[in-house]
Amino acid sequence: MSTISPGRRALLKGGAALTVSFALPLAATRAALAQPGAASSNTFAPNAWLRITPDNKVTVVCGSAEMGQGVLTAIPMMVAEELDADWALVSVEQAPADAAYNNPMFGMQATGGSTTVRAHWTPVRQAGAAARQMLVAAAAQQWQVDAASLRTERGQVLGPNGRKASYGSLVAAAAKQPVPDKPALKDRKQFRIMGKPTRRLDSAAKINGTAKFGIDAHVDGLLVAVMARAPIAGAKPKAFDEGKAKAIKGVRKVIAIPSGVAVLADGYWAAKQGRDALGIEWDLGAHADLSSQKVSAVLDDGLQNATAIAREAGNVKDGSANAARSLSAQYDVPYLAHAAMEPLNCLAWVKGDEVTIWAGTQSQGPAQGILSQVASVTPAKVKVNTMLLGGGFGRRFAPDFTIDATLLSKLSGSPVKLVYAREDDMAAGYYRPTSRVRFEAGLDDKGRPLALRADVATSSIMAASGFMKIPESGVDSFAVEGLADHPYEIPNQRIAYGRAEPGPQVWFWRSVGHSQNAFFVESFIDELAHAAKADPLKYRLSLLEKHPRARGVLMLAAEKAGWSRPLPKGRHRGIAVAESFGTWVAEVAEVSVAKDGGIRVHRVTAAVDCGQIVNPQTISRQIEGAIVYGLSAALYGRITFKDGKVEQSNFHDYPVLRMNEMPKVDVHIVQSDEPPGGIGEPGTPPIAPAVANAIFAATGKRLRALPFDGEALKQA
Amino acid sequence: MSISMTVNGKAVTLDADPQMPLLWALREDLQLTGTKFGCGMALCGACTVHLDGQPVRSCQTPLEAAAGKKITTIEGVGATPAGRAVQHAWLKIDVPQCGYCQSGQIMSACALLAGKKKPTDADIDGAMSGNVCRCGTYNQIRAAIHDASATLAKGG
Repeated sequence: MSTISPGRRALLKGGAALTVSFALPLAATRAALAQPGAASSNTFAPNAWLRITPDNKVTVVCGSAEMGQGVLTAIPMMVAEELDADWALVSVEQAPADAAYNNPMFGMQATGGSTTVRAHWTPVRQAGAAARQMLVAAAAQQWQVDAASLRTERGQVLGPNGRKASYGSLVAAAAKQPVPDKPALKDRKQFRIMGKPTRRLDSAAKINGTAKFGIDAHVDGLLVAVMARAPIAGAKPKAFDEGKAKAIKGVRKVIAIPSGVAVLADGYWAAKQGRDALGIEWDLGAHADLSSQKVSAVLDDGLQNATAIAREAGNVKDGSANAARSLSAQYDVPYLAHAAMEPLNCLAWVKGDEVTIWAGTQSQGPAQGILSQVASVTPAKVKVNTMLLGGGFGRRFAPDFTIDATLLSKLSGSPVKLVYAREDDMAAGYYRPTSRVRFEAGLDDKGRPLALRADVATSSIMAASGFMKIPESGVDSFAVEGLADHPYEIPNQRIAYGRAEPGPQVWFWRSVGHSQNAFFVESFIDELAHAAKADPLKYRLSLLEKHPRARGVLMLAAEKAGWSRPLPKGRHRGIAVAESFGTWVAEVAEVSVAKDGGIRVHRVTAAVDCGQIVNPQTISRQIEGAIVYGLSAALYGRITFKDGKVEQSNFHDYPVLRMNEMPKVDVHIVQSDEPPGGIGEPGTPPIAPAVANAIFAATGKRLRALPFDGEALKQA
Repeated sequence: MSISMTVNGKAVTLDADPQMPLLWALREDLQLTGTKFGCGMALCGACTVHLDGQPVRSCQTPLEAAAGKKITTIEGVGATPAGRAVQHAWLKIDVPQCGYCQSGQIMSACALLAGKKKPTDADIDGAMSGNVCRCGTYNQIRAAIHDASATLAKGG
């Protein structure tokens, strides 16, 4: 067993200046030892990311959470590529919470922001390359040849005169080799695994029912908890009937905690019935009169106070004064729920000074720290079992469900599986913020924009996050991402943010600020193109001289969609482009609008430039899925408030796209040597404006609010 | 109250509230966790199982309605020709993303193919629109159903 040899430790400790990947093996020791069987002398585990056993099997340990975005396949592909592994012998397992797996872009072990591949691009590949180099060195020693004369292929070291040694046969010898400090990485042209469409490693389990999500976790003796959760931040229970809940067969305990009242029972059904029997009354506190009208008034106040400057160039007043023509418009988006398929849940067990949770969480690292405080133990005593996530979309980055489960276990003395009913998941807050923007633009006599002013009012996710602060500029970067940094060339600009806090808890939602700001910018640019009597594609291209990647995806999407070719009668196209998370995506939507105002999206053609790629199949599927997610929001998504409470509760009043409404989707990937960008989120931002622009092409009506109002499109 | 039924070919007897949804008997009493809880209102299809061969939403099926019936879940559906063909097609097309809805999708697809060997796209829309997928795998599901249909036409 090499990972704990004193020699290596000394080497690593001495290598303080080494890159981040070489900070890994130290912590890896702990992580690797935590794996059953890993400490046997037959395992080569040179770092936190992989183990090789004498049977030639390679196990990659993934520190990111799998929520459908394919990390349980992408991380192994990255390791296996540089290791020159035999892909058929590669499997994956989920890492424990351990600093070894910190996301280098976050400085903590967490999955979000479309970061997994780009954050781990170098360290994970170096982990594979280091192992490969050690295997080669071991073979060179055994064969008494120069390591430079050896090469590797599909899990074997190949030497002169047809000599071969499988990686499995070299594990003991490789473990004795020093860890190389700068393992060379392959050039893209040498990739054998990365860049090829590759099936997911987790599919089989997800098809035969054996995949374990958080909600499937089980320990004997657990109690299931269902909670009456505070309907809005700051609400407190005024009265509830504990006796009625306890009268339900199977109910064991009723426990009040800061976020609400929990009913603990032998199973979900009893707990849910008990929760419903509580007849809880709330003191809604400061937000008792919250309504959608009030939300709107708060947004208007935010616009009046939009003084935090996010971007300023030239002089927007002078630019406007010189304009031949001016346009103004206001755009709105509502609060949105994440509505992942798996309702939020967590199994927690506080036993003495130890806490163990089983949860589909996007933030394993932070959970350790937070739950250690909840249970008054040290962070090292918090064990996080990362389960599969039945959708994340940012919602599972939040700590509410892990905190409450831990608290309930601590207070009850039992292992507790907290399960949110769908209604709790939808109504218990953590929403994509509502946002309102007011644009003013001045065009010259050729229709080119001379000036753009944008004031935007929305809540601060930075302030709500609990781990970030609004910077001194007063600009919440999530509020203006995709708006302040829009790519269009306009000489005079002023883009300003006004913080608006109507009350509901806001949170990260797939593509965060881009989810609304691309709708704002790409719709308004379409308005400018129309005012300039220009083709929407050509108009965009004329303002994107400095953004070749934007031009690239626009032209590719347009070409593949047949932008210049006529459509069947009744069909119309719209186009939009956006950069988010280091990736450019353009989408062309083909839409028809029925006489009754019904909107049908028939086809979406997407072009994506996400730099260097790992798994093209994942990229296509993520872009397609992100389009569906954005389309659900654009067509239907809306969380509204009345008398301090959310009005939606389940999929009947918070509808999402279904099979019968699904457009055809084609995704085209740009071959690129740029650094990798994210892929989980960037498909979402362009879809709402692409459809809005197609609706305009179809009807001449500009819909400036989401979800689209079909009533406004009705033909008399 | 004691309720007997057959689950994936095995006789089981449960002592439980007859009004409790079948979903929770499967997931908690029998630890067959492949069947998923999504909405509790028969709106999303994640909990779809077969009751005497018919697809039902187990979150809205009281346990007593399953008494004396044959239940098939995702854990057992691979024993049927349609189940085998559908699971094989799902793997070939590599349908799942997060995977949470896929048990229900597969159970609905198997029921469709059991009744209609060669479903059209309209048949698929009709049979599958009760199953929500938030990851957006609908086009892959459609392709996999057509693929399974072709396999079954060739005799499995």
